[in-house]
Amino acid sequence: MAMVKERSPKDFAIDAFLYVVLTGLALACVLPFIHVVAVSLSSRPAVDAQQVGLWPVGFNLDNYEKLIGNLQFLRSFAISVLRVVVGVIVSLVLVVLTAYPLSKDHIRMPGRTAYKICLLIGLLFSGGLIPTFLALRSLGMIDTFWVLIAPVALQIFFVIVMLNFFRGVPRELEEAAAIDGASDFQILLKVYLPLSKPALATVSLFVAVMHWNSWFDGAVFINDSTRWPLQTYLYSQVVTNPGSMIDATQFQNLTPQGQVASLIVVAAVPILMLYPFLQRYFTTGMVVGSVKE
Amino acid sequence: MLIPSVIVLILFHFYPLWGVSLAFVDYNKFRGLGGSDFVGFEVFAEVFGSAHTWQLIRNTVMIAVGQIVVGQVAALLFALMLYEVASRKFRRVVQTLATFPHFLSWVIVGGVLIQMLQTTGYLNDFIESIGLPRIGFLSSPEIFPWTIILSDVWKGFGFASVLYLAALMRVNPELYEAAAVDGAGRLARLRHITLPGIAPIVVLLACLSMGSVLNAGMEQILVLYNPLVYETGDIIDTWVYRKGILESQYSVATAVGLFKALVGFTLIMVSYWAAARFAKYNIW
Repeated sequence: MAMVKERSPKDFAIDAFLYVVLTGLALACVLPFIHVVAVSLSSRPAVDAQQVGLWPVGFNLDNYEKLIGNLQFLRSFAISVLRVVVGVIVSLVLVVLTAYPLSKDHIRMPGRTAYKICLLIGLLFSGGLIPTFLALRSLGMIDTFWVLIAPVALQIFFVIVMLNFFRGVPRELEEAAAIDGASDFQILLKVYLPLSKPALATVSLFVAVMHWNSWFDGAVFINDSTRWPLQTYLYSQVVTNPGSMIDATQFQNLTPQGQVASLIVVAAVPILMLYPFLQRYFTTGMVVGSVKE
Repeated sequence: MLIPSVIVLILFHFYPLWGVSLAFVDYNKFRGLGGSDFVGFEVFAEVFGSAHTWQLIRNTVMIAVGQIVVGQVAALLFALMLYEVASRKFRRVVQTLATFPHFLSWVIVGGVLIQMLQTTGYLNDFIESIGLPRIGFLSSPEIFPWTIILSDVWKGFGFASVLYLAALMRVNPELYEAAAVDGAGRLARLRHITLPGIAPIVVLLACLSMGSVLNAGMEQILVLYNPLVYETGDIIDTWVYRKGILESQYSVATAVGLFKALVGFTLIMVSYWAAARFAKYNIW
């Protein structure tokens, strides 16, 4: 609030207090992660003696070298990358194809309201874990890659977001294109999609993060550990059997903490790289969803 | 254009609903769902006759309500403090750092927290070094729910504050100028301009949060809990996972899951109704 200029000592004290508290909160959010990075880069004696704070002690890359030689890690990493790419494409196509026809309020469409209600039911009501598991099993999808994609392919929440976004596009643009003889698909591709880039970027980013971060589906629907995505593998390392990766002795700096730490770092880095974009769009995402004509 | 989504909706959203009938049969794994004997509400009677089920429901509601209340209050306070700080740059840096954990999975965050909070973790090392006894953040049934609530708040308050900040940014700056001319102090401006300005969004989020009273964060708890804290830390979702997936007791797990889905659905409906009634909110 730049408009208030005169500052009393009391104002100064309040400001100082706010700066201290806010700095403390911000640090509390990142320091635990920095510690994990430091552990992943520290030597075994330092980790065992718990000497590592926020800076590596006895810097070495043994944990990461070991990780790169770990076949299961490489496989799960590749599966995670693949599920993000495939998952985002599938979800984008489904969201656009569903939202676009539903957004045409001025064109009569039999069953539009009924279909919207079906979507709403799909969004708000699920049979629960066990019925979902059995349904996927009867569809023969357990232990396949597609079990990570199909159940979350139709992002109904983002259908609503897109629907509201499409509604906000001026109808004159569409009418002009229609007069020029464009088909419905052409209007969608040439008029709507170019205008929807921010909304499409929002959907892509959020679906990408969701896919990268998902681990529970892998843990429940995939028994074969060679087909797990990275986060499910990480879960098994964090919770089920910490340190089972350590077998060979050619790396003298391996510790269970260091191995898990390096895995955590590798799993978090893609999110860190996407973070600037996420930050740019998360407010858009929330605002887009609430914009109404 | 709608055909692909109709297929996906039917196969992966509606077809599983058929499976809730598991809750009404004595499931026989060799004869399948269709061949199992229909038992009506017997499974429900068995499940809800057990004190353990009520314990689960109590754990779930306690943790979820704690997360909602503490989380929203923390997010609001954080947004107000950021808003009061004049430096735009400082504001952005703090917000950037505080929002980051929200985007990481609970496996990553859990891995980080376990290192910190376990009895031999560095937070306990610190606590011991100042002369206090070590705390069983992850092993004491009295403390564990608070570990869950506070770690959820820690992960999410930055992101949750984004909505509050957006609302604060829309408060008309002319009001502050007028107030300054009239000699209103900082506290007076906060009370008479800022808070009334964001009251609608506070009411809206309070209404909508009613819908998640049964969601205590399954992924978070699965990563952080252990049998020592089942008594207070086991929630509906984690129990359904263990019973149904790990022990293959489909009927009881489905019955409890269905109970949760129905109550959850009702709560969401009530929360939307309240949001529409008190904050003029409509999702379509």
